Amino acid sequence: MTQAGTEYTKPLPTLQGLTQEFYDWCGERELRFQRCSECSAWRHVPREMCAECGSFRCEWAPSSGRGTVFTWTVVARALHPAFKDALPYAPVVIEMEEGVRILSEVLDCPLDELEIGMPVEVVFDEVTPGVTLPKFRRARA
Amino acid sequence: MSASRRELNSHPAAGVSLKDQACIVGLGETEYVRRPGSGLSLLALQLQAAVRAIEDAGLAPNEIDGLMPFPNLGSAEGFAANLGTQNLRYAATIHTGGAAPVASLQAAATAVVTGVAQHVLIPAGWNGYSGPRARDTVAEDAASMPGGAIARDYYLPYGLTAPPQWYALMARRHMHEFGTRPEQLGAIALAMRKHAQLNPRAVMCGRPLSLEDYLASPMLSDPYRVLDCCLETDGAAAVVVTSVERARDLKQKPVYIMGTASGQPYPADEITNRKDIFETGLTRAAPEAFAMAGVSPRDIDFAEIYDCFTFEVLQQIEETGFCKRGEGGAFVEGGRIELGGELPVNTHGGLLSEAHVLGMNHIVEAVRQLRGEADQRQVKDAEIGLVTGWGDFGDGSIAVLRR
Repeated sequence: MTQAGTEYTKPLPTLQGLTQEFYDWCGERELRFQRCSECSAWRHVPREMCAECGSFRCEWAPSSGRGTVFTWTVVARALHPAFKDALPYAPVVIEMEEGVRILSEVLDCPLDELEIGMPVEVVFDEVTPGVTLPKFRRARA
Repeated sequence: MSASRRELNSHPAAGVSLKDQACIVGLGETEYVRRPGSGLSLLALQLQAAVRAIEDAGLAPNEIDGLMPFPNLGSAEGFAANLGTQNLRYAATIHTGGAAPVASLQAAATAVVTGVAQHVLIPAGWNGYSGPRARDTVAEDAASMPGGAIARDYYLPYGLTAPPQWYALMARRHMHEFGTRPEQLGAIALAMRKHAQLNPRAVMCGRPLSLEDYLASPMLSDPYRVLDCCLETDGAAAVVVTSVERARDLKQKPVYIMGTASGQPYPADEITNRKDIFETGLTRAAPEAFAMAGVSPRDIDFAEIYDCFTFEVLQQIEETGFCKRGEGGAFVEGGRIELGGELPVNTHGGLLSEAHVLGMNHIVEAVRQLRGEADQRQVKDAEIGLVTGWGDFGDGSIAVLRR
Protein backbone atom coordinates (compact mmCIF):
# COMPACT_ATOMS: atom_id res chain seq x y z
CA MET A 1 0.00 0.00 0.00
CA THR A 2 1.14 3.57 -0.54
CA GLN A 3 3.22 5.16 2.18
CA ALA A 4 1.95 8.49 3.45
CA GLY A 5 4.10 11.33 2.11
CA THR A 6 5.68 9.26 -0.66
CA GLU A 7 5.04 10.54 -4.14
CA TYR A 8 3.41 7.96 -6.39
CA THR A 9 5.38 7.89 -9.60
CA LYS A 10 3.99 4.87 -11.42
CA PRO A 11 1.80 5.42 -14.48
CA LEU A 12 -1.85 6.05 -13.76
CA PRO A 13 -4.85 5.40 -15.99
CA THR A 14 -6.27 8.42 -17.77
CA LEU A 15 -9.66 8.87 -16.17
CA GLN A 16 -12.02 9.68 -18.98
CA GLY A 17 -14.98 7.98 -20.61
CA LEU A 18 -15.48 4.31 -19.90
CA THR A 19 -12.14 4.02 -18.15
CA GLN A 20 -13.30 6.61 -15.65
CA GLU A 21 -16.49 4.62 -15.02
CA PHE A 22 -14.50 1.43 -14.37
CA TYR A 23 -12.07 3.09 -12.00
CA ASP A 24 -14.79 5.13 -10.26
CA TRP A 25 -16.36 1.82 -9.19
CA CYS A 26 -12.95 0.75 -7.93
CA GLY A 27 -12.88 3.98 -5.96
CA GLU A 28 -16.09 2.75 -4.29
CA ARG A 29 -14.19 -0.49 -3.56
CA GLU A 30 -16.33 -2.39 -6.02
CA LEU A 31 -15.05 -4.40 -8.95
CA ARG A 32 -17.63 -4.08 -11.67
CA PHE A 33 -17.52 -5.10 -15.31
CA GLN A 34 -19.81 -4.12 -18.15
CA ARG A 35 -22.57 -6.63 -18.72
CA CYS A 36 -24.67 -6.43 -21.89
CA SER A 37 -28.28 -5.51 -21.18
CA GLU A 38 -29.53 -7.60 -24.06
CA CYS A 39 -27.50 -10.79 -24.08
CA SER A 40 -25.91 -10.65 -20.60
CA ALA A 41 -22.38 -11.15 -21.90
CA TRP A 42 -19.68 -9.83 -19.58
CA ARG A 43 -16.78 -7.91 -21.01
CA HIS A 44 -13.45 -6.37 -20.03
CA VAL A 45 -11.79 -4.02 -20.98
CA PRO A 46 -14.75 -1.59 -21.24
CA ARG A 47 -16.13 -1.25 -24.74
CA GLU A 48 -18.71 0.98 -26.39
CA MET A 49 -20.88 -1.90 -27.55
CA CYS A 50 -21.40 -5.61 -27.20
CA ALA A 51 -19.39 -7.61 -29.73
CA GLU A 52 -21.61 -10.64 -29.10
CA CYS A 53 -24.98 -9.15 -30.02
CA GLY A 54 -24.37 -5.59 -31.16
CA SER A 55 -26.18 -3.83 -28.33
CA PHE A 56 -25.08 -0.41 -27.12
CA ARG A 57 -26.81 -0.91 -23.74
CA CYS A 58 -25.05 -2.35 -20.74
CA GLU A 59 -24.84 -2.18 -16.98
CA TRP A 60 -21.88 -2.06 -14.63
CA ALA A 61 -22.54 -5.36 -12.93
CA PRO A 62 -20.76 -6.34 -9.73
CA SER A 63 -18.15 -9.05 -10.01
CA SER A 64 -17.88 -11.72 -7.33
CA GLY A 65 -14.31 -10.49 -7.00
CA ARG A 66 -13.04 -14.05 -7.22
CA GLY A 67 -10.89 -15.57 -9.88
CA THR A 68 -7.87 -17.72 -10.55
CA VAL A 69 -4.39 -16.99 -11.81
CA PHE A 70 -4.29 -17.52 -15.58
CA THR A 71 -0.71 -16.51 -16.33
CA TRP A 72 1.97 -14.01 -15.31
CA THR A 73 5.49 -12.87 -15.97
CA VAL A 74 8.15 -11.99 -13.42
CA VAL A 75 9.80 -8.76 -14.47
CA ALA A 76 13.45 -8.95 -13.46
CA ARG A 77 14.67 -5.84 -15.27
CA ALA A 78 12.45 -2.81 -15.41
CA LEU A 79 11.86 -1.41 -18.86
CA HIS A 80 10.00 1.55 -17.41
CA PRO A 81 11.87 3.81 -14.97
CA ALA A 82 9.00 4.04 -12.50
CA PHE A 83 9.19 0.33 -11.77
CA LYS A 84 12.90 0.06 -11.01
CA ASP A 85 12.28 0.17 -7.28
CA ALA A 86 9.59 -2.49 -7.47
CA LEU A 87 11.82 -5.23 -8.90
CA PRO A 88 11.20 -8.06 -9.12
CA TYR A 89 7.48 -7.80 -9.66
CA ALA A 90 4.87 -9.77 -11.55
CA PRO A 91 1.99 -8.51 -13.65
CA VAL A 92 -0.60 -11.30 -13.38
CA VAL A 93 -3.58 -12.14 -15.59
CA ILE A 94 -6.53 -13.19 -13.45
CA GLU A 95 -9.45 -15.10 -14.94
CA MET A 96 -12.55 -14.01 -13.06
CA GLU A 97 -15.51 -16.24 -12.22
CA GLU A 98 -17.53 -14.18 -14.71
CA GLY A 99 -15.20 -15.33 -17.50
CA VAL A 100 -13.40 -12.08 -18.22
CA ARG A 101 -9.72 -11.66 -17.56
CA ILE A 102 -8.02 -8.71 -15.94
CA LEU A 103 -4.36 -7.71 -15.77
CA SER A 104 -3.37 -6.93 -12.20
CA GLU A 105 -1.03 -8.20 -9.50
CA VAL A 106 -1.22 -10.56 -6.53
CA LEU A 107 -0.20 -8.94 -3.26
CA ASP A 108 1.57 -10.62 -0.38
CA CYS A 109 2.48 -13.66 -2.43
CA PRO A 110 6.13 -14.57 -2.99
CA LEU A 111 6.68 -14.63 -6.73
CA ASP A 112 7.88 -18.22 -6.69
CA GLU A 113 4.58 -19.27 -5.11
CA LEU A 114 2.45 -18.03 -8.00
CA GLU A 115 0.64 -20.96 -9.61
CA ILE A 116 -1.66 -21.21 -12.58
CA GLY A 117 -5.13 -21.89 -11.21
CA MET A 118 -4.42 -20.34 -7.80
CA PRO A 119 -7.66 -18.88 -6.37
CA VAL A 120 -7.52 -15.14 -5.68
CA GLU A 121 -9.89 -12.42 -4.55
CA VAL A 122 -9.91 -8.71 -5.26
CA VAL A 123 -8.70 -6.00 -2.92
CA PHE A 124 -8.48 -2.29 -3.56
CA ASP A 125 -5.40 -0.11 -3.41
CA GLU A 126 -5.94 3.64 -3.28
CA VAL A 127 -2.61 4.54 -4.87
CA THR A 128 -3.40 8.25 -5.04
CA PRO A 129 -6.33 10.30 -3.69
CA GLY A 130 -7.98 10.11 -7.11
CA VAL A 131 -7.12 6.59 -8.25
CA THR A 132 -7.87 3.19 -6.75
CA LEU A 133 -6.48 0.15 -8.51
CA PRO A 134 -7.99 -3.33 -8.20
CA LYS A 135 -5.42 -5.84 -7.00
CA PHE A 136 -5.67 -9.39 -5.70
CA ARG A 137 -4.61 -11.61 -2.84
CA ARG A 138 -4.71 -15.33 -2.35
CA ALA A 139 -8.28 -16.34 -1.56
CA ARG A 140 -8.87 -17.29 2.02
CA ALA A 141 -10.13 -20.84 2.34
CA MET B 1 -28.52 -12.17 -34.79
CA SER B 2 -25.82 -13.30 -32.44
CA ALA B 3 -25.05 -16.45 -34.43
CA SER B 4 -24.17 -14.58 -37.60
CA ARG B 5 -22.13 -12.05 -35.70
CA ARG B 6 -20.13 -14.68 -33.95
CA GLU B 7 -19.36 -16.92 -36.91
CA LEU B 8 -15.93 -16.34 -38.24
CA ASN B 9 -16.47 -15.07 -41.77
CA SER B 10 -15.46 -17.76 -44.17
CA HIS B 11 -12.84 -17.42 -46.82
CA PRO B 12 -13.64 -14.37 -48.96
CA ALA B 13 -15.54 -14.87 -52.20
CA ALA B 14 -13.35 -15.85 -55.11
CA GLY B 15 -12.16 -12.97 -57.23
CA VAL B 16 -9.03 -12.60 -59.25
CA SER B 17 -6.39 -14.89 -57.76
CA LEU B 18 -3.16 -13.15 -56.87
CA LYS B 19 -1.24 -16.39 -57.19
CA ASP B 20 2.00 -15.88 -59.12
CA GLN B 21 0.75 -12.58 -60.55
CA ALA B 22 3.09 -10.27 -58.65
CA CYS B 23 6.84 -10.45 -58.18
CA ILE B 24 9.57 -8.98 -56.02
CA VAL B 25 12.07 -7.57 -58.49
CA GLY B 26 14.40 -5.37 -56.44
CA LEU B 27 15.94 -5.33 -52.99
CA GLY B 28 18.13 -2.92 -51.08
CA GLU B 29 19.68 -2.73 -47.64
CA THR B 30 21.78 -0.28 -45.69
CA GLU B 31 24.53 -1.48 -43.41
CA TYR B 32 23.22 -2.87 -40.13
CA VAL B 33 24.98 -1.29 -37.15
CA ARG B 34 24.88 -0.59 -33.46
CA ARG B 35 27.61 1.65 -32.06
CA PRO B 36 28.16 4.38 -33.20
CA GLY B 37 24.83 4.46 -35.00
CA SER B 38 23.96 4.94 -38.65
CA GLY B 39 24.65 8.67 -38.60
CA LEU B 40 21.57 9.06 -40.76
CA SER B 41 18.13 10.44 -40.03
CA LEU B 42 15.18 8.10 -40.01
CA LEU B 43 14.23 9.38 -43.45
CA ALA B 44 17.71 9.30 -44.98
CA LEU B 45 18.24 5.74 -43.75
CA GLN B 46 15.13 4.48 -45.48
CA LEU B 47 15.80 6.54 -48.60
CA GLN B 48 19.20 4.89 -48.90
CA ALA B 49 17.69 1.42 -48.82
CA ALA B 50 15.03 2.54 -51.29
CA VAL B 51 17.55 3.90 -53.78
CA ARG B 52 19.43 0.60 -53.68
CA ALA B 53 16.26 -1.42 -54.19
CA ILE B 54 15.20 0.71 -57.14
CA GLU B 55 18.62 0.35 -58.71
CA ASP B 56 18.63 -3.39 -58.08
CA ALA B 57 15.34 -3.57 -59.98
CA GLY B 58 16.88 -1.71 -62.90
CA LEU B 59 14.46 1.15 -62.50
CA ALA B 60 14.73 4.89 -62.04
CA PRO B 61 13.17 6.58 -58.98
CA ASN B 62 10.63 8.31 -61.18
CA GLU B 63 9.31 4.95 -62.31
CA ILE B 64 8.10 4.21 -58.81
CA ASP B 65 4.38 4.97 -58.72
CA GLY B 66 3.38 3.12 -55.58
CA LEU B 67 4.78 3.66 -52.10
CA MET B 68 3.98 1.92 -48.83
CA PRO B 69 6.07 3.56 -46.13
CA PHE B 70 6.29 2.22 -42.59
CA PRO B 71 4.26 4.23 -40.04
CA ASN B 72 7.41 5.80 -38.57
CA LEU B 73 7.68 8.07 -41.61
CA GLY B 74 4.29 9.65 -41.15
CA SER B 75 3.26 9.74 -44.76
CA ALA B 76 4.52 9.06 -48.26
CA GLU B 77 4.74 12.70 -49.28
CA GLY B 78 8.14 13.61 -47.88
CA PHE B 79 9.60 10.31 -48.96
CA ALA B 80 8.38 10.75 -52.52
CA ALA B 81 9.63 14.34 -52.62
CA ASN B 82 13.12 13.28 -51.59
CA LEU B 83 13.21 10.33 -53.93
CA GLY B 84 12.06 12.24 -56.99
CA THR B 85 8.94 10.14 -57.36
CA GLN B 86 6.76 12.54 -59.31
CA ASN B 87 3.88 10.32 -60.24
CA LEU B 88 2.69 8.59 -57.10
CA ARG B 89 -0.54 6.81 -57.92
CA TYR B 90 -0.76 4.59 -54.86
CA ALA B 91 0.32 5.48 -51.34
CA ALA B 92 -0.77 3.55 -48.29
CA THR B 93 0.58 2.61 -44.89
CA ILE B 94 -0.32 -0.48 -42.92
CA HIS B 95 -0.47 -0.12 -39.14
CA THR B 96 0.15 -3.62 -37.81
CA GLY B 97 3.63 -3.03 -36.43
CA GLY B 98 6.14 -5.64 -37.57
CA ALA B 99 3.44 -7.40 -39.59
CA ALA B 100 3.32 -4.39 -41.93
CA PRO B 101 6.18 -5.16 -44.34
CA VAL B 102 4.80 -8.58 -45.28
CA ALA B 103 1.24 -7.24 -45.24
CA SER B 104 2.49 -4.53 -47.59
CA LEU B 105 3.55 -7.26 -50.02
CA GLN B 106 -0.08 -8.33 -50.09
CA ALA B 107 -1.31 -4.79 -50.71
CA ALA B 108 1.39 -4.09 -53.30
CA ALA B 109 0.47 -7.30 -55.11
CA THR B 110 -3.16 -6.23 -55.35
CA ALA B 111 -2.08 -2.82 -56.67
CA VAL B 112 0.18 -4.14 -59.42
CA VAL B 113 -2.10 -6.99 -60.47
CA THR B 114 -5.04 -4.63 -60.89
CA GLY B 115 -2.97 -1.98 -62.61
CA VAL B 116 -3.49 0.60 -59.89
CA ALA B 117 0.27 1.00 -59.79
CA GLN B 118 3.12 -0.51 -61.76
CA HIS B 119 6.16 -0.40 -59.48
CA VAL B 120 5.48 -0.38 -55.74
CA LEU B 121 8.31 0.41 -53.35
CA ILE B 122 8.12 -0.84 -49.76
CA PRO B 123 10.81 0.64 -47.50
CA ALA B 124 11.19 -0.08 -43.78
CA GLY B 125 13.83 0.79 -41.26
CA TRP B 126 14.72 2.71 -38.14
CA ASN B 127 17.49 3.82 -35.86
CA GLY B 128 16.55 1.20 -33.30
CA TYR B 129 19.93 1.53 -31.60
CA SER B 130 20.79 5.22 -31.76
CA GLY B 131 17.21 6.48 -31.70
CA PRO B 132 14.34 5.77 -29.26
CA ARG B 133 14.55 2.11 -28.31
CA ALA B 134 11.74 -0.39 -28.28
CA ARG B 135 12.59 -1.25 -24.68
CA ASP B 136 11.97 2.30 -23.50
CA THR B 137 8.26 2.39 -24.10
CA VAL B 138 7.10 5.26 -21.95
CA ALA B 139 3.56 6.46 -22.19
CA GLU B 140 3.88 9.97 -23.50
CA ASP B 141 0.80 9.72 -25.64
CA ALA B 142 -1.51 6.83 -26.20
CA ALA B 143 -1.50 7.16 -29.98
CA SER B 144 2.21 6.45 -30.32
CA MET B 145 2.43 3.78 -27.64
CA PRO B 146 2.02 0.14 -28.56
CA GLY B 147 -1.34 -0.94 -27.26
CA GLY B 148 -2.58 2.63 -27.17
CA ALA B 149 -5.03 3.78 -24.56
CA ILE B 150 -5.83 0.28 -23.36
CA ALA B 151 -2.20 -0.36 -22.45
CA ARG B 152 -1.97 3.07 -20.82
CA ASP B 153 -5.08 2.54 -18.69
CA TYR B 154 -5.06 -1.20 -17.91
CA TYR B 155 -1.48 -2.49 -18.32
CA LEU B 156 0.97 0.28 -17.49
CA PRO B 157 -0.34 0.91 -13.95
CA TYR B 158 0.76 -2.65 -13.11
CA GLY B 159 4.10 -2.46 -14.86
CA LEU B 160 3.23 -4.36 -18.02
CA THR B 161 4.91 -1.85 -20.27
CA ALA B 162 6.86 -3.43 -23.12
CA PRO B 163 6.69 -6.22 -25.72
CA PRO B 164 8.80 -8.87 -23.98
CA GLN B 165 6.51 -8.60 -20.95
CA TRP B 166 3.30 -8.90 -23.00
CA TYR B 167 4.44 -11.93 -24.89
CA ALA B 168 6.00 -13.53 -21.81
CA LEU B 169 2.43 -13.90 -20.54
CA MET B 170 1.72 -16.22 -23.49
CA ALA B 171 5.04 -18.02 -23.20
CA ARG B 172 4.46 -18.90 -19.54
CA ARG B 173 1.02 -20.26 -20.30
CA HIS B 174 2.47 -22.30 -23.19
CA MET B 175 5.06 -23.78 -20.85
CA HIS B 176 2.31 -24.67 -18.42
CA GLU B 177 -0.01 -26.24 -21.00
CA PHE B 178 2.55 -28.00 -23.18
CA GLY B 179 5.71 -28.35 -21.12
CA THR B 180 7.74 -26.07 -23.38
CA ARG B 181 11.20 -25.61 -21.85
CA PRO B 182 13.79 -22.81 -21.71
CA GLU B 183 16.30 -25.06 -23.54
CA GLN B 184 13.90 -25.14 -26.47
CA LEU B 185 13.76 -21.34 -26.58
CA GLY B 186 17.54 -21.51 -26.37
CA ALA B 187 17.67 -23.81 -29.41
CA ILE B 188 15.99 -21.03 -31.39
CA ALA B 189 18.44 -18.39 -30.19
CA LEU B 190 21.34 -20.70 -31.02
CA ALA B 191 20.07 -21.47 -34.52
CA MET B 192 19.66 -17.78 -35.38
CA ARG B 193 23.13 -17.04 -34.03
CA LYS B 194 24.65 -19.95 -35.94
CA HIS B 195 23.19 -18.63 -39.18
CA ALA B 196 24.52 -15.17 -38.44
CA GLN B 197 28.06 -16.58 -38.44
CA LEU B 198 27.61 -17.21 -42.17
CA ASN B 199 26.27 -13.71 -42.80
CA PRO B 200 28.87 -10.92 -42.96
CA ARG B 201 26.07 -8.33 -42.78
CA ALA B 202 24.83 -9.69 -39.47
CA VAL B 203 25.55 -7.65 -36.36
CA MET B 204 26.26 -10.90 -34.51
CA CYS B 205 28.62 -12.32 -37.12
CA GLY B 206 31.77 -13.31 -35.27
CA ARG B 207 29.93 -13.76 -31.99
CA PRO B 208 28.88 -17.38 -31.66
CA LEU B 209 26.59 -18.49 -28.86
CA SER B 210 26.50 -21.67 -26.77
CA LEU B 211 23.65 -23.10 -24.72
CA GLU B 212 25.64 -22.29 -21.58
CA ASP B 213 25.89 -18.65 -22.67
CA TYR B 214 22.18 -18.63 -23.38
CA LEU B 215 21.16 -20.09 -20.00
CA ALA B 216 23.52 -17.71 -18.23
CA SER B 217 21.96 -14.70 -19.95
CA PRO B 218 20.14 -12.50 -17.41
CA MET B 219 16.38 -12.88 -17.10
CA LEU B 220 14.45 -9.90 -18.42
CA SER B 221 10.80 -10.88 -18.01
CA ASP B 222 10.39 -14.53 -17.16
CA PRO B 223 10.73 -16.67 -19.25
CA TYR B 224 12.45 -14.17 -21.58
CA ARG B 225 16.14 -13.73 -21.09
CA VAL B 226 18.15 -10.99 -22.73
CA LEU B 227 19.25 -13.54 -25.36
CA ASP B 228 15.62 -14.33 -26.15
CA CYS B 229 15.21 -10.79 -27.42
CA CYS B 230 15.70 -9.21 -30.82
CA LEU B 231 18.58 -6.84 -31.43
CA GLU B 232 18.33 -3.08 -31.32
CA THR B 233 20.08 -1.83 -34.44
CA ASP B 234 20.13 0.95 -37.00
CA GLY B 235 19.27 -0.08 -40.53
CA ALA B 236 16.76 -0.12 -43.34
CA ALA B 237 15.78 -2.36 -46.21
CA ALA B 238 13.39 -2.09 -49.12
CA VAL B 239 11.84 -4.12 -51.91
CA VAL B 240 10.14 -3.31 -55.21
CA VAL B 241 7.06 -5.22 -56.34
CA THR B 242 5.68 -5.33 -59.86
CA SER B 243 3.42 -7.46 -62.03
CA VAL B 244 4.60 -10.74 -63.52
CA GLU B 245 4.42 -9.22 -67.04
CA ARG B 246 6.54 -6.24 -66.13
CA ALA B 247 8.99 -8.42 -64.19
CA ARG B 248 9.99 -10.13 -67.42
CA ASP B 249 11.50 -6.85 -68.72
CA LEU B 250 13.60 -6.20 -65.63
CA LYS B 251 17.10 -7.29 -64.80
CA GLN B 252 16.79 -9.66 -61.84
CA LYS B 253 15.30 -13.13 -61.67
CA PRO B 254 11.81 -12.37 -60.35
CA VAL B 255 10.62 -13.94 -57.12
CA TYR B 256 6.92 -14.79 -57.36
CA ILE B 257 4.39 -14.14 -54.66
CA MET B 258 2.48 -17.43 -54.68
CA GLY B 259 0.19 -16.72 -51.76
CA THR B 260 -0.21 -14.03 -49.16
CA ALA B 261 -2.62 -13.14 -46.36
CA SER B 262 -2.94 -11.03 -43.23
CA GLY B 263 -4.85 -11.51 -40.03
CA GLN B 264 -5.39 -10.21 -36.53
CA PRO B 265 -6.13 -11.98 -33.28
CA TYR B 266 -9.39 -11.17 -31.55
CA PRO B 267 -9.43 -8.79 -29.83
CA ALA B 268 -6.35 -7.40 -31.53
CA ASP B 269 -6.02 -4.45 -29.19
CA GLU B 270 -6.01 -6.32 -25.89
CA ILE B 271 -3.89 -9.37 -25.19
CA THR B 272 -5.46 -10.86 -22.05
CA ASN B 273 -9.07 -11.45 -23.09
CA ARG B 274 -8.75 -13.96 -25.90
CA LYS B 275 -10.66 -17.24 -25.84
CA ASP B 276 -7.57 -18.95 -27.19
CA ILE B 277 -4.54 -16.89 -26.26
CA PHE B 278 -2.30 -18.71 -28.73
CA GLU B 279 -4.52 -17.83 -31.67
CA THR B 280 -2.84 -14.95 -33.42
CA GLY B 281 -3.29 -13.23 -36.76
CA LEU B 282 -1.03 -15.80 -38.38
CA THR B 283 -3.34 -18.61 -37.25
CA ARG B 284 -5.98 -17.26 -39.60
CA ALA B 285 -3.71 -15.96 -42.34
CA ALA B 286 -1.50 -19.02 -42.85
CA PRO B 287 -4.16 -21.39 -44.23
CA GLU B 288 -5.38 -18.63 -46.54
CA ALA B 289 -1.90 -17.99 -47.90
CA PHE B 290 -1.26 -21.70 -48.44
CA ALA B 291 -4.65 -22.08 -50.14
CA MET B 292 -3.86 -19.23 -52.52
CA ALA B 293 -0.41 -20.66 -53.20
CA GLY B 294 -1.71 -24.19 -53.68
CA VAL B 295 1.02 -25.62 -51.44
CA SER B 296 1.25 -26.87 -47.86
CA PRO B 297 3.84 -26.45 -45.07
CA ARG B 298 5.48 -29.67 -46.30
CA ASP B 299 6.48 -27.90 -49.53
CA ILE B 300 8.35 -25.09 -47.81
CA ASP B 301 12.13 -25.20 -48.19
CA PHE B 302 12.92 -22.43 -45.67
CA ALA B 303 11.04 -19.99 -43.46
CA GLU B 304 11.99 -16.45 -42.49
CA ILE B 305 9.91 -15.99 -39.36
CA TYR B 306 9.50 -12.70 -37.53
CA ASP B 307 11.62 -13.34 -34.46
CA CYS B 308 11.00 -10.42 -32.11
CA PHE B 309 11.60 -13.03 -29.36
CA THR B 310 12.47 -16.72 -29.45
CA PHE B 311 9.08 -17.91 -28.22
CA GLU B 312 7.38 -16.06 -31.05
CA VAL B 313 9.28 -18.23 -33.54
CA LEU B 314 8.02 -21.37 -31.83
CA GLN B 315 4.51 -19.98 -31.69
CA GLN B 316 4.52 -19.04 -35.37
CA ILE B 317 5.91 -22.43 -36.37
CA GLU B 318 2.87 -23.98 -34.68
CA GLU B 319 0.35 -21.49 -36.03
CA THR B 320 1.71 -21.74 -39.58
CA GLY B 321 1.05 -25.47 -39.40
CA PHE B 322 4.57 -26.89 -39.51
CA CYS B 323 3.58 -28.86 -36.43
CA LYS B 324 0.63 -29.12 -34.06
CA ARG B 325 -0.05 -26.60 -31.31
CA GLY B 326 2.15 -27.53 -28.38
CA GLU B 327 4.72 -29.45 -30.42
CA GLY B 328 6.83 -26.42 -31.30
CA GLY B 329 9.32 -27.11 -28.53
CA ALA B 330 10.20 -30.53 -29.91
CA PHE B 331 10.17 -29.16 -33.47
CA VAL B 332 12.93 -26.63 -32.86
CA GLU B 333 15.24 -29.12 -31.18
CA GLY B 334 17.88 -31.30 -32.76
CA GLY B 335 18.87 -28.95 -35.57
CA ARG B 336 15.60 -29.15 -37.49
CA ILE B 337 15.47 -25.37 -37.91
CA GLU B 338 19.14 -24.96 -38.74
CA LEU B 339 20.67 -24.80 -42.21
CA GLY B 340 20.97 -28.40 -43.31
CA GLY B 341 17.91 -29.33 -41.26
CA GLU B 342 14.38 -30.07 -42.37
CA LEU B 343 13.18 -26.45 -42.18
CA PRO B 344 15.90 -23.82 -41.99
CA VAL B 345 14.53 -20.79 -40.15
CA ASN B 346 15.95 -17.29 -40.46
CA THR B 347 18.90 -18.20 -42.60
CA HIS B 348 20.27 -14.66 -42.18
CA GLY B 349 20.18 -14.72 -38.40
CA GLY B 350 16.86 -12.94 -38.05
CA LEU B 351 15.98 -10.05 -35.79
CA LEU B 352 17.74 -12.00 -33.07
CA SER B 353 21.15 -12.09 -34.71
CA GLU B 354 21.25 -10.19 -38.02
CA ALA B 355 19.48 -6.92 -37.22
CA HIS B 356 16.05 -5.58 -36.40
CA VAL B 357 14.77 -4.17 -39.63
CA LEU B 358 11.08 -4.51 -38.84
CA GLY B 359 10.97 -7.82 -40.68
CA MET B 360 11.87 -6.29 -44.04
CA ASN B 361 15.24 -8.03 -43.77
CA HIS B 362 13.33 -11.33 -43.69
CA ILE B 363 11.72 -10.52 -47.03
CA VAL B 364 15.11 -9.55 -48.46
CA GLU B 365 16.71 -12.81 -47.26
CA ALA B 366 13.86 -14.87 -48.71
CA VAL B 367 14.37 -13.18 -52.08
CA ARG B 368 18.13 -13.81 -51.93
CA GLN B 369 17.53 -17.49 -51.18
CA LEU B 370 15.17 -17.84 -54.11
CA ARG B 371 17.52 -15.95 -56.44
CA GLY B 372 20.26 -18.38 -55.41
CA GLU B 373 22.31 -15.50 -54.02
CA ALA B 374 22.55 -16.47 -50.36
CA ASP B 375 26.24 -17.42 -50.53
CA GLN B 376 27.27 -19.65 -47.63
CA ARG B 377 23.70 -19.54 -46.27
CA GLN B 378 22.16 -20.90 -49.45
CA VAL B 379 19.50 -23.54 -48.94
CA LYS B 380 20.28 -26.05 -51.66
CA ASP B 381 17.74 -26.02 -54.48
CA ALA B 382 15.54 -23.58 -52.61
CA GLU B 383 12.35 -23.35 -54.60
CA ILE B 384 9.58 -22.28 -52.25
CA GLY B 385 9.98 -20.28 -49.05
CA LEU B 386 7.86 -18.24 -46.74
CA VAL B 387 8.16 -15.10 -44.71
CA THR B 388 6.00 -14.00 -41.77
CA GLY B 389 5.34 -10.72 -40.06
CA TRP B 390 4.25 -10.19 -36.45
CA GLY B 391 3.12 -6.96 -34.86
CA ASP B 392 1.62 -5.36 -31.78
CA PHE B 393 -0.37 -7.92 -29.79
CA GLY B 394 -0.14 -10.65 -32.42
CA ASP B 395 -1.21 -9.21 -35.75
CA GLY B 396 0.15 -11.46 -38.45
CA SER B 397 1.02 -11.64 -42.11
CA ILE B 398 2.52 -14.28 -44.36
CA ALA B 399 3.81 -14.54 -47.91
CA VAL B 400 4.66 -17.78 -49.71
CA LEU B 401 7.32 -17.03 -52.33
CA ARG B 402 8.91 -19.06 -55.10
CA ARG B 403 11.64 -18.71 -57.65
